Amino acid sequence: MTYLDRALSHVAALDDLARRETPLTRLDPRAKVIVTFAFLVTVASFGRHQVSQPLPLLVYLAAAMAFGDIPWRVVLARLAIASPFAILVGMWNPIFEAQLVQLGPWTIAAGWLSLVSILERFSLALMIVLLLLATTGMDAVAAALGRLGMPRVLVTQVLLLHRYGFVLGAEISRMMRAHLLRAAGRAPELSTARSMLGGLFLRSIARAERVHEAMLCRGFDGVVRRRSRMHLGARDALFVCGSTGFFALVRLVDLPRLLEPVFS
Amino acid sequence: MHMTDALISPVVGGLGWAAAIGLSAVASRRMRNDPAASRPALMGVLGAFVFAAQMVNFAIPGTGSSGHLGGGLLLAVILGPDAAFLAMTSVLTVQALLFADGGLLALGCNIVNMGLFTCYVAYPLVYRPLAGFSLSRKRLTAAAIAAAVAGLLMGAFAVVLETTSSGVAQLPFATFTLFMLPIHLGIGVVEGLVTAGVLLYVAKARPDLLQSASNTPGSSLRPLLLTLLAASVFVGGLLSWFASPHPDGLEWSAARAGDQQLAEPSDGLLARIQDKTALLPDYSLPATSGASEAPEESWPAPSVGTSLSGIVGAGLTLVLAAAAGLGIRMLRSRDKPGPSSQAS
Repeated sequence: MTYLDRALSHVAALDDLARRETPLTRLDPRAKVIVTFAFLVTVASFGRHQVSQPLPLLVYLAAAMAFGDIPWRVVLARLAIASPFAILVGMWNPIFEAQLVQLGPWTIAAGWLSLVSILERFSLALMIVLLLLATTGMDAVAAALGRLGMPRVLVTQVLLLHRYGFVLGAEISRMMRAHLLRAAGRAPELSTARSMLGGLFLRSIARAERVHEAMLCRGFDGVVRRRSRMHLGARDALFVCGSTGFFALVRLVDLPRLLEPVFS
Repeated sequence: MHMTDALISPVVGGLGWAAAIGLSAVASRRMRNDPAASRPALMGVLGAFVFAAQMVNFAIPGTGSSGHLGGGLLLAVILGPDAAFLAMTSVLTVQALLFADGGLLALGCNIVNMGLFTCYVAYPLVYRPLAGFSLSRKRLTAAAIAAAVAGLLMGAFAVVLETTSSGVAQLPFATFTLFMLPIHLGIGVVEGLVTAGVLLYVAKARPDLLQSASNTPGSSLRPLLLTLLAASVFVGGLLSWFASPHPDGLEWSAARAGDQQLAEPSDGLLARIQDKTALLPDYSLPATSGASEAPEESWPAPSVGTSLSGIVGAGLTLVLAAAAGLGIRMLRSRDKPGPSSQAS
């Protein structure tokens, strides 16, 4: 199984999760998109040394993942592919932010706290998007973004891309496997890559022309219609208000600090 | 090269989103007169091509490392800048959602970094004048390399600006710039070579595709470019205000061994606007209005005994998170016998 196959099967697994019936999948996709953005803004709004105050958001995620029946191994597998860019940039913080701070019995460089904060932000942001996808599905997210104001041509783009990205992904995966078997596992040279990509490009164009004709035959008028209708109900309003209220509470009050006297 | 949610502040993320929404609206409106608009399948499938082609890593000669196609320039040459921008926007959106590349808050910045500079600056201002309408191998390759390098360098520099303006990462501006630009110069050359290779391959088999793209009117780009120039000057100026040290949580300023102030309160119009619009001005509780009060309000507190409280509280919250997750799963699986849920 190549890296490509693994990536494709991982994404297909997310769509499978979104097709199940759970309290979270039944919510309106727009409500979930709004809550996701509120969560992300909350996470990003913390100071770079505030490591403990955002942690209650993890309680929210754990509860939501439990309600959505999202297997932990899916989350952990995704977290393991940590963002190389975030780590590459963040790892210099302990050097460039060398002021010493007292943290419990330890004296450390302030940069270590901000590095932990970067990893924390990364994990929280990744998990909320994973939650959105695994409880909503890509098509419904795109439709919700359209209803929230994304241009129609862009929504159609995202839907077509999601549909054909995997068709072409599977095709290129087969090409790569064929190459690797013939080249003793070595990555293709530049000249080989050009021919592979050029060939795939021409086949993609031919496929696009066939798809376009098929769409016209079925009366495509510029709008991709979904079978299920969206309906914002009281449950969705409660979900949005409850979630954003909790985010605001976490942002305004240092809950872990309040929690401490309760247990000690 | 993707800007990421882990390093971005809400202000920078919001500005990126504002720019991306504005650009998408302009591109969508301009697409009404574009022949590619009547062929959404072409845009969609070519977007899917870029999405899939980015997963192919090939060996870069003489370096021992590998690279992949970015695709923005290729799309701009085939589809024209507006359709290419929208296709790249959809590619980045799907990547952010499915692969967590960058993330949703940073998506606007990524659309600007990888869509705007390639489709609306490098393609019309570098590629088109250099390549003209000829399909000569040398000319097309040189133009593709120059445009790819220009697009990537602008994008990489924007990542540096966005990261340093956000104030989460502490890499100094100059060091970060010197780190990013040479790397992206190399990536740009490879991107240009592959793009030219694919274009020449297409030119042999389907010259009509390149010819139809050549008909994209160049002069009509001027109003958009002027708008974008004005917007970038405005946004650049705006961001420069936030490049000053970001005020951090006062909570733990007193715990610093040197007992220095962590951040000077910034002043100026934009800082005041930020104060007015911030979720919580200066990241502090309302009672903490002056720096002199900080030691009493700070976290962790100066003495070793009480400063453990921050750590204990954090640990307790993590335990609570695990308990919430496990508890709800156990309750739900008891209510609903059937396939057991994963609660590990």
